[in-house]
Amino acid sequence: MTFDFSPGRFLAVLSKEFVQMRRDRITFVMMIGVPIMQLLIFGYAINSDPRHLPTLVEMADEGPITRAILSGMETSTFFDFQGVVTGPGEGDRALRDGTANFVVVIPPDFERDVLRGLKPDILVEADGTDPTAIGGAAGAMPGIIDTAMAATLTGPLATAARPAAPFGVTVHRAYNPEGETSLNIVPGLLAVILSMTMVMITAVAIVREGERGTMETLIATPVRPAEVMAGKIAPYVLVGYVQTLVFLILARALFGVPFTGSPLAFFVGFNLFIVVNLALGFLISTVARSQMQAMQVSFFTLLPTILLSGFMFPFAAMPGWAQTIGSAIPATHFLRLVRKVMLKGADLSDVMGNVIAILLILLVISAIAMRRYRQTLD
Amino acid sequence: MTADVENAISVTGLTKRFSGRTVVDDFDMQVPKGAIYGFLGPNGSGKTTTIRMMCGLLTPDAGQGACLGYDILTEQAKIKARVGYMTQKFSLYEDLTIRENLDFIARMFAVPDRRSRVTETLADLGLTDRAGQLAGTLSGGWKQRLALAACMIHDPQLLLLDEPTAGVDPKARRDFWDEIRKLSAAGVTVLVSTHYMDEAIQCDFIAYIAYGKKLISGVAAEIPKMIGLSTYRVTGPDITALETRLRAEDAVAQVARFGAVLHVSGTDAAALDALAARMKGPQKWERKEAELEEAFIYLMSGAADNFSGAAA
Repeated sequence: MTFDFSPGRFLAVLSKEFVQMRRDRITFVMMIGVPIMQLLIFGYAINSDPRHLPTLVEMADEGPITRAILSGMETSTFFDFQGVVTGPGEGDRALRDGTANFVVVIPPDFERDVLRGLKPDILVEADGTDPTAIGGAAGAMPGIIDTAMAATLTGPLATAARPAAPFGVTVHRAYNPEGETSLNIVPGLLAVILSMTMVMITAVAIVREGERGTMETLIATPVRPAEVMAGKIAPYVLVGYVQTLVFLILARALFGVPFTGSPLAFFVGFNLFIVVNLALGFLISTVARSQMQAMQVSFFTLLPTILLSGFMFPFAAMPGWAQTIGSAIPATHFLRLVRKVMLKGADLSDVMGNVIAILLILLVISAIAMRRYRQTLD
Repeated sequence: MTADVENAISVTGLTKRFSGRTVVDDFDMQVPKGAIYGFLGPNGSGKTTTIRMMCGLLTPDAGQGACLGYDILTEQAKIKARVGYMTQKFSLYEDLTIRENLDFIARMFAVPDRRSRVTETLADLGLTDRAGQLAGTLSGGWKQRLALAACMIHDPQLLLLDEPTAGVDPKARRDFWDEIRKLSAAGVTVLVSTHYMDEAIQCDFIAYIAYGKKLISGVAAEIPKMIGLSTYRVTGPDITALETRLRAEDAVAQVARFGAVLHVSGTDAAALDALAARMKGPQKWERKEAELEEAFIYLMSGAADNFSGAAA
């Protein structure tokens, strides 16, 4: 069969698609509204470095050292003292019902034992059901106590203090000196937003023709499959561009996310990512028989995109098999690319590995999609 | 394939299988140019599949043929450009307006002078005032008229109508057939599938298909003779009891009731005559010419519904 592509028919499909998009108000609003909402909610709400955690103190002793420690904890901003435990079991209850994340227990004769060099223990009971919540605060405890001790145990009491280490450790948080979670979350969100809308909208838009029977009208006309595909997909590529533009503006204006790298690298990566998502949507459309199914399958692909791509949780922390699954997800590579370009000032050569990974995934998805498409053609 | 000057459609041996099931089996058909050709058969008998193969929408697994002189296997694009295909279900865009739908279809066929053609079609339909209305808000009859207008917008030489009047009220159906006859008079060949008998009667030629096989085809008026049915018209009292008795008789192939009248038919004329002589009682028996109605009831009773199983 000869390959002829009629620009006239392509444009006809394209403009029809735009009219339908305009009529479908809810989808249209979703395409722009959902990304903005997600950006606002995730960007502002998610904080993996929580502060001001509710804390209770059980004081069996009191003195200058205790006071120094407690005030040191409070000024660290990790802990918010809610009060003092008065009766037995009250601390346990508070942990159990969640009114406190920490209960700090100062043992009896603490001050005296410190001065005698008996190394008494302060017990910090933490609610371990949420490791992320308590992790930062628990990690900061030794430092807080050392500082408090050093300030209090001066002069003749200095012998009771722990001897200082013979060297210092300085952690330099490169690219994100203040450890802002939003700098991690916001660039990654672009990957999630594009994955979600591009895959779902493409799958649904294609399946819709079949479900409503309009595909029958289409195939009875001289229009070519390539013209239909291009005409149907092009509007959504445009939607992807609009989403990305909105995203970049909001990321800069609201969250102060810098864009330090090469725009070319970003441009290449994001076009490729849009294409791979459209291909995935196309693949789903060859499987799904109804718009509902297309939506469900799209959602099914969304969860691993959020959980295994390194968007929410550190990729390196996952076991090997999970990393393997994660590596097959295009968003994994795209979000690395975005983080590199936006935060680390990467240029095209720095992100070549990610680009190639997305290309490989694209090849595989397209190959499967074309095979399935041929089978369902008749 | 040599161009067939007499026939709009000429196919032989068309066969189509879907996952091992033979849906259309060794199907031959000749549709003369300018004719209204009725395509009859029960649900699931393969009518839609056959129509689609004949206009190049589906590739047959076996067989060959020409549609408007173009090979159905290799020249689908040329066939599509000259054929108007109206689907069983309304398959225009419900979320586009009437004008947008017509305009879109016209663009698909690269209709010359598109805008005026669309405006003209709207005027012919009497929908000029409602051109901006969404197609999905039209009533069943209007949707069907719009669909017909849409598949006529590129002036096709052949019109394929797949159960065009399913679910449309009688008045709209009559109007629709007036329109079809008008088109036929203008030289357009029409192939229409239906299972309404009153529509079949309006056709010049008829083919009957069941279980994917063609049972009979020919000039509509000759179909009863081809089946070889003899018919008696029976009137009189106690017709219901008689009907039950007649059904048990071997000579009777079918008993069709039209109000207070029974049409008793059989393929063996002599046996039926003998029966008529034997049965004569209070009822009046009159020999009559078998008509298309009897022929169809006969055909349909032989091939109830193709979904109910039974291999052909």
